[in-house]
Amino acid sequence: MSKFKKKKSGELPPVSTAALPDIVFMLLFFFMTVTTFKKDDYKVKQELPYADQVQVLNKDDKVIYIYAGKPSSRYQKEFGTQAKIQLNDKFADVSEIKDYWFNEINNNPKLGQQFQNIAITALKVDNETNMGLIADIKQQLREINALKINYTTRKGNVQQNFK
Amino acid sequence: MGRRNIPEVNAGSMADIAFLLLIFFLVTTTFEVDNGINRKLPPMPPPGVTPPIIKQKNLFTVLVNKNNDLLVEEEVMDLKDLRQAAIEFLDNGGGTNEKGEPCNYCKGKRSPDSSDHPNKAIVSVRNDRETDYKTFISVQNELVGAYNTLRNREAIRLYGKNSSYTTMDSIYSHPQTGEVLKEELKKKMDVIKDMYPMKISEAETNN
Repeated sequence: MSKFKKKKSGELPPVSTAALPDIVFMLLFFFMTVTTFKKDDYKVKQELPYADQVQVLNKDDKVIYIYAGKPSSRYQKEFGTQAKIQLNDKFADVSEIKDYWFNEINNNPKLGQQFQNIAITALKVDNETNMGLIADIKQQLREINALKINYTTRKGNVQQNFK
Repeated sequence: MGRRNIPEVNAGSMADIAFLLLIFFLVTTTFEVDNGINRKLPPMPPPGVTPPIIKQKNLFTVLVNKNNDLLVEEEVMDLKDLRQAAIEFLDNGGGTNEKGEPCNYCKGKRSPDSSDHPNKAIVSVRNDRETDYKTFISVQNELVGAYNTLRNREAIRLYGKNSSYTTMDSIYSHPQTGEVLKEELKKKMDVIKDMYPMKISEAETNN
């Protein structure tokens, strides 16, 4: 009797896949923690301008979003190419901003009446939009005393705006 | 009573289920963090109140026309020179503030034709309704940059090399910063903010 068994010729032992679920779960939890859900589908073009003197909007900041820009190409037939405002996932008129804002602050589970004074309105506006539209939005926000705003930008040098 | 052996649950498809979940989260979530320029809009003026008159020399006027050209203090200017011009204006310190104190920390030219004191200096941006948003943001960015440069300079002078204003601000707004550290940073930042208060007015557009 030999002490050492002869190896079976060339047969590789199968790789154990028992740890595979654990690995995948680890990945899953990683992605669940570091990413955020997409809030709305954009119906307007969203090529945000570049800026470098920026401050971060954190997850626990109370933020209300207003989008503006030209309708994206698949909506252009219906809505034209003039810059428009998007609230939630609908095109809207300037006059609807006030209602939208109060509706968000009262009914959005992440916000609430008590945050009315610290809520930030994030303006996500496309590069090419005219300032007239933004002035109208700002005027509406001033009238309802929603004074904290954030011009959302991409991080980069301002010279990139003009390329 | 004979206890029957419960057969082991087959966990072979666990990996598939987890993969399915993983792919779902990959598709529906985004990595991006929003960042941008924070600004406070002026409140609506109460009726019957006339705005205070501001001396021309304490006002730094930036006009942007519909062709996205800049007119700064009645001179045509390139965007890249705007930051330096704004720094020179804010840091001039030609006179005294409301309390009659001169600006001890200003390093400007102290010219009598430019701003008296950073406390009094106001930057006014006016744009046309047809100005592009990107130009407006670029101008805002350069002006905020001018304030940040000056605030950083003073913060480094007062609190040492590693505590520039922008670093303190990003630590302060980080969600995991503790309350004690926040208090301490807030005190420091308020001192700096007091030295160079940010007064940028986005005037109503002229047609």
